[in-house]
Amino acid sequence: MPVLSYIQAVTQALKEEMQRDEKVFVLGEDVGKRGGVFRATDGLYDEFGEDRVLDTPLAESAIAGVGIGAAMYGMRPVAEMQFADFIMPAVNQIISEAAKIRYRSNNDWQAPITIRAPYGGGVHGALYHSQSVESVFANQPGLKIVMPSTPYDVKGLLKASIRDNDPVLFFEHKRAYRLIKGEVPDEDYTLPIGKADVKREGSDITVITYGLCVHFALQAAEKLAEEGIDAHILDLRTVYPLDKESIIEAASKTGKVLLVSEDNKEGGIISEVSAIISENCLFDLDAPVQRLAGPDVPSMPYAPTMEKFFMMNPDKVEKAMRDLAEF
Amino acid sequence: MGLEKINMPQLGESVTEGTISTWLVQPGDTVNKYDPIAEVMTDKVNAEVPSSFTGTIKELVAQEGDTIEVGDLMCYVEVEGAGSVSDDEPSPAQEDPVAEEKPNKEEKPVKKPAKQEKGSKKRYSPAVITLAQEHEIDLNQVEGSGRGGRITRKDIEKLIESGNIPTAGSAPAKEEPKQEQQAPAQPAPAAASGSAVPNVQAGEGDIEIPVTGVRKAIASNMVKSKTEIPHAWMMVEVDVTNLVELRNAKKKQFKDQEGFSLTYFAFFVKAVAQALKEYPQLNSSWAGDKIIQRKAINLNIAVAKEDQLFVPVIRNADEKSIKGIAKDITDLAGKARQGKLTSKDMEGGTFTVNNTGSFGSVQSMGVINHPQAAILQVESIVKKPVYQNGMFGARDMVNLCLSLDHRVLDGLVAGNFLARVKEILEKMSEENTSVY
Amino acid sequence: MAENRHKSLGLSDDQVLDMFRTMLLARKIDERMWLLNRAGKIPFVISCQGQEAAQVGASYALDREKDYALPYYRDMGVVLSFGMTAKDLMLSGFAKAEDPNSGGRQMPGHFGQKKNRIVTGSSPVTTQVPHAVGIALAGKMEKKDFVSIVTFGEGSSNQGDFHEGANFAGVHKLPVIFMVENNKYAISIPVSKQLACEKVSDRAIGYGMPGYTVDGNDPLAVYEAVKNAADRGRAGEGPTLIETVSYRLTPHSSDDDDRTYREKEEVEEAKKKDSIITFAEYLREQNILTEEKEQAMHKEIDEIVNEATDYAENAAYAEAESALKYVYEE
Repeated sequence: MPVLSYIQAVTQALKEEMQRDEKVFVLGEDVGKRGGVFRATDGLYDEFGEDRVLDTPLAESAIAGVGIGAAMYGMRPVAEMQFADFIMPAVNQIISEAAKIRYRSNNDWQAPITIRAPYGGGVHGALYHSQSVESVFANQPGLKIVMPSTPYDVKGLLKASIRDNDPVLFFEHKRAYRLIKGEVPDEDYTLPIGKADVKREGSDITVITYGLCVHFALQAAEKLAEEGIDAHILDLRTVYPLDKESIIEAASKTGKVLLVSEDNKEGGIISEVSAIISENCLFDLDAPVQRLAGPDVPSMPYAPTMEKFFMMNPDKVEKAMRDLAEF
Repeated sequence: MGLEKINMPQLGESVTEGTISTWLVQPGDTVNKYDPIAEVMTDKVNAEVPSSFTGTIKELVAQEGDTIEVGDLMCYVEVEGAGSVSDDEPSPAQEDPVAEEKPNKEEKPVKKPAKQEKGSKKRYSPAVITLAQEHEIDLNQVEGSGRGGRITRKDIEKLIESGNIPTAGSAPAKEEPKQEQQAPAQPAPAAASGSAVPNVQAGEGDIEIPVTGVRKAIASNMVKSKTEIPHAWMMVEVDVTNLVELRNAKKKQFKDQEGFSLTYFAFFVKAVAQALKEYPQLNSSWAGDKIIQRKAINLNIAVAKEDQLFVPVIRNADEKSIKGIAKDITDLAGKARQGKLTSKDMEGGTFTVNNTGSFGSVQSMGVINHPQAAILQVESIVKKPVYQNGMFGARDMVNLCLSLDHRVLDGLVAGNFLARVKEILEKMSEENTSVY
Repeated sequence: MAENRHKSLGLSDDQVLDMFRTMLLARKIDERMWLLNRAGKIPFVISCQGQEAAQVGASYALDREKDYALPYYRDMGVVLSFGMTAKDLMLSGFAKAEDPNSGGRQMPGHFGQKKNRIVTGSSPVTTQVPHAVGIALAGKMEKKDFVSIVTFGEGSSNQGDFHEGANFAGVHKLPVIFMVENNKYAISIPVSKQLACEKVSDRAIGYGMPGYTVDGNDPLAVYEAVKNAADRGRAGEGPTLIETVSYRLTPHSSDDDDRTYREKEEVEEAKKKDSIITFAEYLREQNILTEEKEQAMHKEIDEIVNEATDYAENAAYAEAESALKYVYEE
């Protein structure tokens, strides 16, 4: 099976979907000739032309809003926000419009738009090129938020997002783009949105996380296995709406749960996961549910010392996992 | 003069590697700081990489066309006045955040003692309480492997799986005896070393020995016994002059005939078994709201091997001849030395006899083999002047030391039992004792 | 006799009469809504009064079989022109299950009806502008020749979404008609405190499109401007900005009291230019609207409004638990 990087899986999914369906098109800043600042749309402009790989003016609300309009008409737009940090001007379009179009029209209209954005830190990106923004959107019924961890999941979930008839925010970890490689089948496949995935079976502790942190947890788990600590790792994959069933199952399996996120600690995705566990798993719990996340400061600073302090890494995850195992 | 390294810089936020498309310098070329030295191509940009130093290009390590990781060596520059090539940590901007996530120093996995958390053992998680209720498990009887001896869900799950469920009151007797008769040395990997871990620091030159395996299990069981069982102690002195004569008379022939030794210990075990038959109170266990008297008389004997202690069982000792007991002792000791004891060999003991005399000990206070009610230590046989029949004579004397669970036993019955053992032993002689 | 202006625009007598009828229908529905509100029967009204000429004039200049409308909350004239009925609007006013806009989920004035290409809207103003651009973009990609018209107030022309959307359409030469219904007030704030430029149409040049300001009380002037803009759009020449100037004859909404910020005399003065009066005069002058026809028209519309009111008042609300439906595709 071919091995692709995380970002190559993004490109492949886009390309295949554009070949499959003429209504699929890409719009955003620098997505055309340049092929994206991260090269996610590399080669698409040459293959599909400027009409379907549309370079837009630098205005995020218009990128989202124009995409939503086209989606309401019946197209399958894939809008790119150059960095998740820059999605903020488009929040009104995403939350007031995309999320509510089906509901407010009593199912008369729909907005099947996919909005892609690179998120996450550890790339010397400082405050405004490092943020995790998912929790801004993760209490907006009507939206779906997908945050894959592996190239295989990227391809299957991005295709599913494009074909989905509801708006999907597709957040890609920019540190994973070239760091994470994995096998990706050539053929067409989709993965279900809203389904978490067990990335490692284990019996001592459960780690629930998403995005790049999945890899940190997997690395930590391998080390801990040498000490006889057997970790169960659940990759949420879709962070909104959450896969409650899988969360409950994974938490109940060991009764010791560590939730890991690169985002700030308070009010994040994992806080909601924690609430689900406390509502459903009390009598299976063997330890207080633990959250491991970034500090509650506005964002990740530029200086390497401070960046490292903020950023999640396998050591931090390993320490928290061991601590929980020993409880 | 000194050598400096130029490493592949990170040219873009998600870039992890770069390809050297063209070297713009050759070895011997002089470069100024910030002069371009190579054209590098990455997924995101094509860029000229500048020199970080003023000096002379010494060696181009990476070749044109090579793709190298961010932070890896491109070339050496000879620099005026600098030191030799330093293996400094890469500059932060070149650090690979994932590579750096390898632990700085290999300091694991010497497990540090878990922090002392008082009362953790008694603070049960919702899962533990739920499981204990469903399976009627008496948590007071469960060993905790968590921090501070906390009982974990997994401890309970293992217990349920094993089938040895200590229910409150009656159950320990009715269920398989395995759990409660667990030998101290039966390896219990998850067992913690005890409830309280002292804060002991190692000094310079001290050796730290990790507590694992059997040692850990022994520690755990000893702590359990001493913390749960209120020990009382008594000793009697027994005149075994006749027994010594008996054994001396028989041992050569016995060895020749049977192929193994006729030890004193076999006689003592026989005497204890016989006395236990008459005083079943000693052959029992504390079970919370009741005391369980055992029908079978299965005697644990202690066998040491290096730093390990095993207590295999002589089954139905009351039904066995001295020879039969001696054979069991020989077999079990042999197995212990060869590490061939099975958990079956150690299951089901009801009372323990410990041959402390083999070390020359004349007096000791045994720790009861939980959950039994008593342990008897057989000390060294020593020749002593004893006043007898109006005169001092040299007699072979031995001390028998009994530790008893004062919840189960009182001084009277224990005293009577010891007196009975003494009586049996003193009566053993060539005339009236058969080893067969 | 005054000059016949509609013939030169290619409009027949019947067409202009129909335009007037739609304007009058809008006015009468709106007036009924106010009465229902003041009678405590519907919680909220937001009004079209004073803007019917612009709304209807613009709509009639479009192809109402294929063009897309992205109205704002006052555009009763637009949605009636595009096929919504008095009954539909009353159902919306009463928040009943059959309301085609939202099934009783949104306040009145939040129009949407897919079968008539009336694109669903929200309350945050101007968000529909980029949508209109997106629809036009889709049409261009699919090589269709429809245009989209998006309407909004002069206050909304300060929103980022107006500027971002207009610029996008200008850059990509998309067939969008941006129509600003300048009624001189954004709730209480007069146009002088909304615009740093004299006219909203002055903003067009910044986005590479022509900008026109026309009399919003004159349906024929609006018709002409929008017709030209639509032709331009269909010809691939890009978007147009049209500002229609009229006056908001009512308070902002049923919850507003306009006497706190404007003089009664100012309103009275404006009412003299009310298009329902002035366009009727034009039609009478042209002998298109006879007294007989006018009476019949009033009678017919009153009946329609009565019937719609009764129907909507007696219609069922949506099941309470249906609030859970249609968050996602089902």
